[in-house]
Amino acid sequence: MKDPTKQIFILAYVLALMLGSQAAFGTTLKVCPTCPYTSVKEAVAAAKPGETVLVEGGTYQEHGIEINKPLTLLGRNNPVIDGNFKGQILTITSDNVTVEGLTLQNIATSYRQDDAAIRVVQRSNVRILNNTILHTYFGIYLQNSDNCVIKGNVVAGQDVTGKNESALGNAIHLWYCDKAVISNNRVSGHRDGIYLEFVKDSEVKDNLSEHNLRYGLHFMFSDRNTYTHNTFRKNGAGVAVMYTRDIRMEYNTFEDNWGAAAYGLLLKDISNSVIHNNTFRRNTTGIYMESSSRLDLQRNDFDRNGWAVRLLSSCTDDVFKFNNFTGNSFDVSTNGDSQLNRFENNYWDKYTGYDLDKDRVGDVPYRPVSLYSMLVERVPPSVIFMRSFMVDLLDSIEKVLPSFIPENLVDEQPLMKKIEHDNDRKLAQVLR
Amino acid sequence: MNKIIKYVFYDIIRNKIVLAYTLFLLLLSFGLFNLGGSPDKAILSLLNLVLLTVPLISIVFATTHFYNSYEFMELLVAQPINRKKIFMSEYLGVACSLSGAFILGVGVPMLIFGASITGLYLLLTGVFITFIFVALAFLASVITRDKAKGIGIALLLWFYFALIYDGIVLIILYAFADYPLESATLAMTALNPVDLGRIIVLLNLDVSALMGYTGALYKSILGSLWGIGLAFGLMLVWAVVPLASSGRIFSKRDL
Repeated sequence: MKDPTKQIFILAYVLALMLGSQAAFGTTLKVCPTCPYTSVKEAVAAAKPGETVLVEGGTYQEHGIEINKPLTLLGRNNPVIDGNFKGQILTITSDNVTVEGLTLQNIATSYRQDDAAIRVVQRSNVRILNNTILHTYFGIYLQNSDNCVIKGNVVAGQDVTGKNESALGNAIHLWYCDKAVISNNRVSGHRDGIYLEFVKDSEVKDNLSEHNLRYGLHFMFSDRNTYTHNTFRKNGAGVAVMYTRDIRMEYNTFEDNWGAAAYGLLLKDISNSVIHNNTFRRNTTGIYMESSSRLDLQRNDFDRNGWAVRLLSSCTDDVFKFNNFTGNSFDVSTNGDSQLNRFENNYWDKYTGYDLDKDRVGDVPYRPVSLYSMLVERVPPSVIFMRSFMVDLLDSIEKVLPSFIPENLVDEQPLMKKIEHDNDRKLAQVLR
Repeated sequence: MNKIIKYVFYDIIRNKIVLAYTLFLLLLSFGLFNLGGSPDKAILSLLNLVLLTVPLISIVFATTHFYNSYEFMELLVAQPINRKKIFMSEYLGVACSLSGAFILGVGVPMLIFGASITGLYLLLTGVFITFIFVALAFLASVITRDKAKGIGIALLLWFYFALIYDGIVLIILYAFADYPLESATLAMTALNPVDLGRIIVLLNLDVSALMGYTGALYKSILGSLWGIGLAFGLMLVWAVVPLASSGRIFSKRDL
């Protein structure tokens, strides 16, 4: 401190730092009907890297805005950028861009190109926050872009009843994007709510995806992703996930995916994954599993589904443990007899066994596959005999004297009481 | 003819079985509507019941009634009344009183707890099934003079329609699983009024989504008003054919 030159040096350093930061954060360019800039496009073109473009409330009839430098595009008082069905609104071709608080609307359906409200092309660290996107073909479209954040957006399309799949785009579409975070978004009225292809190490959480024509969530070849606390509701075909490994799906809700071709969750060629604490309610099929192996399904609730689980015989080494099966028309159905999957300690409301030693585990094993569900799997037209007295009789006889249903598909230790998943640690520990 | 119907009607009401039947249905429907959360669920449970008990009670009651009123019929035959008229009055008296009991027992709770188009179909199905099974019962009764034999035939008929038929069709479906069976199943279910009624009601409930391709096919045929009309028309045929043939036997037979 005694050396004045050192003090001056520090002062100069701080000053330089401040100037530098000035350059880094830049000034703010305002856009409003009475400002120097009246259009977003002009302001974006004039802005220097690192500056902020602040869009004030109002409606701007613009499209084809390209952000090719690191900017922050910020909306205040709910500005609306109306694309007027003329083309893409925002194209981001730079790293470190933030788009926040805008309402983007009206993108035409095109069969030639995938027009989106916001498209990010081969860039990373882009943040798309709290935007509202209405009436678009694709909502948010990311291609080859890593480390991006999509958070708090509302992407609402149109009423999809009677629409054709090819006439609709996806609400959030990611292609070859690693380490993305998609959270707190509400998407509806598109073909797929959230579509991920070749997206790795990403996180999808707290989203609500509903009323989409095809899937609420659709991913393929997207390894090591985590999906938590999402709700998928009333989508045409539910959620479909394919050709992927090492995923975690926890605390999600799949509900009201009801219709002739709907699933709560469709798993195809999924392996080494964890499906815990999810709720499947009122789906035609809770989980449909095909060629999926080494899955760990624990503490899920299956309530009032048509089929709770449809487990094709191409699945191996899957474990079902501590799940609740209540009010389903069919608990488990399968198409073959070789069963290499395990059911343990689940609660089945159709279980009629007893518990003499009072350890809360039933003394007789439970076979979740009913004869009739086997028959339906083998001869689909026989489903027309649902609720027929003959069928009930057959099922009851088979339950007493099992001879047709798969020998090995059995829960040896069914639980007597429904598991309360929140405060059930004690029982789980005892059983372990 | 009206006079005879009236007489048969009063006679049936006086012997209190129909009253008990009404009360039974009333209690059951009230119970189911109160128990189940949604009216749809109650309708589904009611459907199972209607398809099992209504045919059974109709066929057994009608057969015993026919044999019990044999002497009355003989008396009427001695009068200058057309035999066909006697027979038809007996039939209408029994069928109307039983379906009246059904409408009261199931229809009133349904009106109170949630009338819907599906409920209406259930009601219509029940009425048609009553008419069909009373006709079948009369057919069984005119075939043989022996009461025990007649009741045996009636019970067999019930057994066949409520149980065996489904089993046979399931076996056929299983045996020919490699072939496209959707239309064949449709045709085969049309040959059983109980199945027909069950499918009409099921297709109008949301469990129909579980029925996949077959369900979709059925819905495309039976979903429209025309299709429903066709289904009920088929059920009408199921009532008219046994009735006509038994009426013919009755008018020609030596009593």
